[in-house]
Amino acid sequence: MSTDVLSRETLYAEAGRMFQRKKLMSFALPAVILVYLAYVFFAFDIPGLAERARWDNAQTLMSDTYSYKTHVTRDNRNGEVTVAIEGERKGTYDTGSAPDWVDLNGQTTRIDLGGGQIVTFLPNNALRFDIPSYGVIEAAMVGRSIESNLTGELPDWISSSRSRLQITTDEGRVSLTRNKTEAFNYFVGWELFWFTLDSPYHGHSLFQILFGDQIVNGQSNLAGAWHDFWYNPMWHHNMVAWAIFETILMAFLGTFGAAVVSLPLAFLAAKNFAPLMAVRFALRRVFDLFRGIDGLIWTIILARAFGPGPMTGALAILLTDTGSFGKMFSEALENVDGKQIEGVASTGAAKSHVYRFGVIPQVTPVLLSQVLYFFESNTRSATIIGAITGGGIGLLLTQAMLTQKDWEEVTYYIILVVLMVMVMDTVSSWLRNKLIKGE
Amino acid sequence: MTYLPTDTRSHYVALVRRKRLYGGLTLGIFALLMISGFGLANDRNAGGFWKGLPNIFDFPAAVWEDTAKHLAEVPGHLVTYFPALMETINIAAVSTLVGAILGTVLSLLSTRGLARWPAIIPFFRRIMDLMRAIPEIVIALMLIFVLGGGPVPAMIAIAFHTSGALGKLFSEVNENVDLKPVEGLASVGAKWGQRMWLGVIPQVAPNYFSYALLRFEINVRASAILGFVGAGGIGYELKNAMSWGQGKYDEAAAIFILLFLTIVAFDQLSSHVRNRLISEGGH
Repeated sequence: MSTDVLSRETLYAEAGRMFQRKKLMSFALPAVILVYLAYVFFAFDIPGLAERARWDNAQTLMSDTYSYKTHVTRDNRNGEVTVAIEGERKGTYDTGSAPDWVDLNGQTTRIDLGGGQIVTFLPNNALRFDIPSYGVIEAAMVGRSIESNLTGELPDWISSSRSRLQITTDEGRVSLTRNKTEAFNYFVGWELFWFTLDSPYHGHSLFQILFGDQIVNGQSNLAGAWHDFWYNPMWHHNMVAWAIFETILMAFLGTFGAAVVSLPLAFLAAKNFAPLMAVRFALRRVFDLFRGIDGLIWTIILARAFGPGPMTGALAILLTDTGSFGKMFSEALENVDGKQIEGVASTGAAKSHVYRFGVIPQVTPVLLSQVLYFFESNTRSATIIGAITGGGIGLLLTQAMLTQKDWEEVTYYIILVVLMVMVMDTVSSWLRNKLIKGE
Repeated sequence: MTYLPTDTRSHYVALVRRKRLYGGLTLGIFALLMISGFGLANDRNAGGFWKGLPNIFDFPAAVWEDTAKHLAEVPGHLVTYFPALMETINIAAVSTLVGAILGTVLSLLSTRGLARWPAIIPFFRRIMDLMRAIPEIVIALMLIFVLGGGPVPAMIAIAFHTSGALGKLFSEVNENVDLKPVEGLASVGAKWGQRMWLGVIPQVAPNYFSYALLRFEINVRASAILGFVGAGGIGYELKNAMSWGQGKYDEAAAIFILLFLTIVAFDQLSSHVRNRLISEGGH
């Protein structure tokens, strides 16, 4: 029949057109993406990035995350020698005591940097540095300027001027100025992570603390050690733990508070339950508004009223999520099965019972799994919001980052944040699985 | 063993009672946690909740007052800050794009039946977990330290996180893929990349697209927030405008308007497009 032929021809033509379109799409789409990426490449000034980048910062960051340095400093005006970990007051050794690689001997101090490199602080503000692969460098502060045995072309790891001499080797760093003579020795690890120097438990192994003799009289080792670890004045483990808790608290209160608030509202905004279409429409716009005013703006507004702290963060999450939950919950409610509701209603149940037995059991697993999913992602958001409102681990993290020197603390916080998020992730997906499978 | 009707009944009633008790207990514990949690958060806050509540409209009122005074300048501010807004949107778009591409690769490498190297599927899964777990702000701040301020740190940070997040969602999509086209391609000697590109991607593209769109919406918010901590875009401008202080909030108001409109626009757009995708699919 002719219609058959006709339809076959149109089909062929149609197929041809579709192929044309597919072909065009498969080339046009990547081309568009490529053009866009090229535009962004220049809009973000990526070619200029290499110049602006501070690779020395990256190096500091990397080396500081896994190593620390101990300063041995001689005050050139009074000849006093101090040994301090990271140069910090809390990490300073008592006067006259030092780790075993430093030999304090009256006027001379002998420092073994390792690898055969030995620094000696000599009397009269003089300095001697033995480097096996280079030779012996001798320098002294004479009057107001430095005199040394360095002559000719200097390697780039030595910088020498009239007022300052600095030698950086792979084992450490030595510097001499008018005010002080200083040697840095680098070690792998996080300094004083367990105990600070003033704690009697410093330098004892875990075995000694658990099973050894009592270190402090009249106090059990475990209790004392725990106290000194928990209140470690450099790492503040107690404050960090509290900050983590505060972050989780913000996420918890925000997410579940939003769920509690938006459940009744969602009934009013769902097509099949709304008493008034005007109310439904108004509520939907309110949800849009609350979602649209982002967590960032909520945080700023609320921080003005309530001041910085976890409450502000929790409320910011609560308000944003009320918008999201209101929308999601009302959509879930619109998709409920009417049969179960009719069944309950046919027994003559009151309106509240219809909701309680006809609707809630149907939507609970869906809603709870959505809420848990948000809880998990809000733990991350709470870290960021905390950085702005001043609460939780986010604040500690940004503060440590902004000082730009304690990168080992930053690393510690990052590890804790990642662990926290992973734990929340696991717990929430375990709970969601349980709920969906109805166990 | 046979139950008498009364036995069944009492058994059922007992079961229901126990269930109610557990439900009630859970609710009770939940309520207790919420109340004590809010109490605790309130104590730790600089200003209390009840003390601050009357002031909640102070800031919006101040912003409104300043804006009303300089109403004529607001359109000008909108124009001034439009490039910053574009930067924020660009950060979100590029990072979603890069994240989606990386996420696709990661998800294909970590789906059973599709993976290039089935033995190291768990490795790729852990990588994605890790990428998802590191909050954007951490990477952004570290990169700001090295690369300086600007959009690039935010872009890399968000793209990194997005790769992990989308990778996980994509691999869930991949699990429902029809393997016949893949086998067909394998039988004619297609390489792994060809099998994926021609056999898998056409099947999953609509779902991928829908997830990527949702992620884009999230990333617009994220890039605004990261701007606030120093990574460029509208968030950075907002922080500056806020620091002018009272009496000059009209610029902040303009930024609020821009940010709000953008978020609402993308929110509506993405839910509209996703609804269309779902109804087009017909199932």
